[in-house]
Amino acid sequence: MDTTKSFFLPSEGSTFAPDVDALFHFVLWVSVAFFAVIMVMTIIFVIKYRRRGAAPVLTPGFHHHTTLELGWIFIPLVLVGIVFVWGFKGFMALNVVPKDAMEIKVSAQKWFWSFTYPDGFNTIDTLVVPAGKPVRLLMSSQDVIHSFYVPDFRMKRDVLPNRYSIAWFEAPNPGDHHLFCAEYCGKGHSEMHGRVRVLGEREYSEWVEKSAFSGEGMSLEEYGSHLFASKACITCHKLDGSAGTGPALPGAFGTQVQLTGGSTVLMDENYIRESILSPQAKVVAGFQPVMPTFQGLLKAHEIDALVAYIKSLQKPKPSGN
Amino acid sequence: MSQTASHSAHVAHHFADAEQQRESAKLGMWIFLLTEILLFGGLFCAYAIYRAWYPQMFYNAHKALDVTLGGINTVVLITSSVTMALAIRSMQQDKRRATIINLALTLVLAGVFLVIKFFEYRHKFHLGQLPGMYYTYTGIKGSNPHIFFSVYFMMTGLHGFHVIGGMAMISWLLIRTARGEFSSAYYTPVEMTGLYWHLVDMIWIFLFPLLYLIG
Amino acid sequence: MDNALPLHNYLNEPRGLKSWLFTHDHKRIGIMYLWAILAAFALGGTFALLIRFELLRPGPDIMTAETYNKMFTLHGAIMVFLFIIPSVPAALGNFILPLMIGAKDVAFPRLNLASWYIYVTGAILALYSIISGAVDTGWTFYTPYSTQTTTHVISMTFAVFILGFSSIFTGLNFIVTVHKLRAPGMTWFKMPLMVWALYATAVIQVLATPVLGITLVLLIFERLFHIGIFDPAMGGDPVLYQHFFWFYSHPAVYIMILPGMGIISELIATFSRKTIFGYRFVAFSSIAIALIGFFVWGHHMFVAGQSEAAAMVFSALTFLVAIPSAVKVFNWMTTLYKGQISFDTPMLYALWFMCTFTIGGLTGIFLGALSVDVHLHDTYFVVAHFHYVMMGGAVMAMLGGLHYWWPKMFGRMYNETLGRIAAVLIFIGFNLTFFPQFILGAQGMPRRYFDYVPEFTSLHRLSTYGSWVMATGFICMAISLFSAFRRGRIAGNNPWGALSLEWTTTSPPPVENFAETPIITHGPHDYDQIIVPSTLAGR
Repeated sequence: MDTTKSFFLPSEGSTFAPDVDALFHFVLWVSVAFFAVIMVMTIIFVIKYRRRGAAPVLTPGFHHHTTLELGWIFIPLVLVGIVFVWGFKGFMALNVVPKDAMEIKVSAQKWFWSFTYPDGFNTIDTLVVPAGKPVRLLMSSQDVIHSFYVPDFRMKRDVLPNRYSIAWFEAPNPGDHHLFCAEYCGKGHSEMHGRVRVLGEREYSEWVEKSAFSGEGMSLEEYGSHLFASKACITCHKLDGSAGTGPALPGAFGTQVQLTGGSTVLMDENYIRESILSPQAKVVAGFQPVMPTFQGLLKAHEIDALVAYIKSLQKPKPSGN
Repeated sequence: MSQTASHSAHVAHHFADAEQQRESAKLGMWIFLLTEILLFGGLFCAYAIYRAWYPQMFYNAHKALDVTLGGINTVVLITSSVTMALAIRSMQQDKRRATIINLALTLVLAGVFLVIKFFEYRHKFHLGQLPGMYYTYTGIKGSNPHIFFSVYFMMTGLHGFHVIGGMAMISWLLIRTARGEFSSAYYTPVEMTGLYWHLVDMIWIFLFPLLYLIG
Repeated sequence: MDNALPLHNYLNEPRGLKSWLFTHDHKRIGIMYLWAILAAFALGGTFALLIRFELLRPGPDIMTAETYNKMFTLHGAIMVFLFIIPSVPAALGNFILPLMIGAKDVAFPRLNLASWYIYVTGAILALYSIISGAVDTGWTFYTPYSTQTTTHVISMTFAVFILGFSSIFTGLNFIVTVHKLRAPGMTWFKMPLMVWALYATAVIQVLATPVLGITLVLLIFERLFHIGIFDPAMGGDPVLYQHFFWFYSHPAVYIMILPGMGIISELIATFSRKTIFGYRFVAFSSIAIALIGFFVWGHHMFVAGQSEAAAMVFSALTFLVAIPSAVKVFNWMTTLYKGQISFDTPMLYALWFMCTFTIGGLTGIFLGALSVDVHLHDTYFVVAHFHYVMMGGAVMAMLGGLHYWWPKMFGRMYNETLGRIAAVLIFIGFNLTFFPQFILGAQGMPRRYFDYVPEFTSLHRLSTYGSWVMATGFICMAISLFSAFRRGRIAGNNPWGALSLEWTTTSPPPVENFAETPIITHGPHDYDQIIVPSTLAGR
């Protein structure tokens, strides 16, 4: 990820960022100035007018001064007026989407992001966009309210169920940026961590070609291996034998699997397919029913490839001494 | 009333005199009524929003309400406000018996209101015209007809709850009047309850056209 | 100088447990509230310390994500509803308001007792909710998460609903008290500024809280009966919930801060022995904040999907509401000019307030600016902002008031040396805890996060260390305050040499507050005309 650019703010990754940052710094310095004046005056007064000796004295007037009062009403009013107009203009820029923007559909659910590109393929958790082109996001949630937040872009938008919300950005330079969910959505709220990869024009076309790729030129198992990573299965189903949120798959094909509730099932092609599309139907004993469904997110051919791949996974050999 | 009798039995010790106590009670009750208006205000707001979003459905759904019964209830409540005002008037004139009669009439009319509402509710239960997920009726055109009934039951339910509360207060007043605790010198609780009762009536006067007389 | 407590005072007369349980005395009710809110603060603070401990490092340390989510929910709910909203009005305000206006009690003492028992009922229900598994929705209970989660939403929201009535009745009581029970000669502009502040607060309590009430009822019914009002699948609107919720909860923050501002006026006047500069401006600014504060709720929802026109109006009004607060800060600062300033513990808290509330208020400007708020919304910047105004503002002021009126309440002084040490620790600890969070938020760290990306570790670590310094300060403060009961110096009527009415009666006051009804001949801060000596030896 890019290193931080200024003390307070991360690097500027979008066309919005410079204006937002400029306003931020304006407010910052005006605030620092007012704060300094108030603190310095206060400190001077408490030192200069501190009580000396035990006897209390009468303190003379200066109880009011209407001009002074109006002055420190009017001047802050002007300053916040400037901030208001500047902020409003920036806000309108954020909300008015350029006509030539490319559209990407965003689907948020507990607890990952799914992006569907104009050519129909999709990615999980990683949004890949071309540099220098406006991107329009058409966003909807499958369950509760989430919020799409890319700090480097200075953009954020709540993602609502049963409704579309729209946001856009343009990232001028290639780079990698954090994507966070910014509306509390339950257990995995802080795990809904994705990336926005901004690629140069040529690299982006190459990536589109590769992603539209549906396994030509490779075996079904190889394609499945590729999907296992790109669809983020590997996040929960670790392949190295370590404990994960989901059951370990190597060597499991063909065995009897113990389910919660006591019954067993044979781990065959159908069980794998069912677990991908209706993961809550037969949950393995000892695991939480948190696997999201990939209904609508995987094509039939992709499911075939994943099944082939999982079938092929051998139990990892125990490590030698 | 004499200022020197400033701490007669009904004046609390922290008040300077009966006048201050009465003024305070009135201000307090008006503020309380304001909070009630805000409480119902949230529901009126929800009504306004959903009616703006589903105007056709609201119009279709409201036909399920019986305007005659609603109209009778309106007359019943208005009359009960009149009897309540008469009760206060009677007390101002030290007519204890008339006060008791008027309070009792108010109570009876409130009861009639609730009985009519009970029959209305029961009819809807029969037909499956219920809020939210319990809605099973199929005769209303428009999207999400259960919303109308959610709003209807919440608003009339909260109102009915306040009617019951009012009845409890009026019953308590009846007992105290019978015991001779009030006179033309001191009838503040009767007056305050009257104010509350008028608000309950007022809220119905808004509810009735908004729910029963759409379009 | 007095060397004994007054023989008959509200604490020992009448005697017996029943006399406390059925009391109508506003002073006793205030004291009972005081213990309750301090206990709530300790509980909410414990959750905070646990949260900060968990956040020392990325990844799970001492709890799971589910537990963490419950912790921040409970921290928020307890601090907002059980501590800060009742703290100054119900605890300090109940005790001091009638005394300050020369009254014998509040207008409706029995209603006051009812408010207390309603608070207790709500608190018990909230505790039940916590013990039976708690809630994990955040204190804001946003739908649809709150209608779908399996945690104990109904018991907690119902508890909050009940607590709301306690707040409403307290507010109602105070409004009538201020209108009707002022002593002869106390015109509106001879009232202490604390009373203006409590009055403005009471207006908000009365107007805003019922809306929270109905919102929570709707939420409960949504969970119980799926009425569909907030459920998008049934034609409802989850954003409508946010509008209803914030319509109360934004004015609620002014319920939290306004009484604190009233305290600061009293402290600065007393400890610089000077009349508050611009009394009328300060008084009217309380009213202005209360009124304008009702119209800014949408600034919590700039990215939630409301129209740009609405966002614009809310942003403009948000800036407008900042101005009266600024006026107060300038006026307090100018009060110090040519005063005679002493640095007793209450004054330290007032000075800390000037620093931390100003930071809190200024950071509100960042958040009111629409384009900047898009970046900062739902990040740690917001968390830092509201802790600076709520804790650096309201709590600092409350602590100042607590030390200021402690001798009046109990007749004895707290330990001044330890009190000052505690104040310094709390100030340093507070800034260490929360200032790094501005940076975290601006860098992009979202709030309500159990885990975080490694680059935020050092700032989180600093924040956690700060919380330990602060906790130490609070422990010292507790020791200082409670030492009054064992070895505190007898305070006498007026340990501070102050001019408002509460200092003309004994410490602790008698049951009826004043031996004779006071008659007002001067303003509450007329230090340019009157000297009243302190009853504390050597001051």
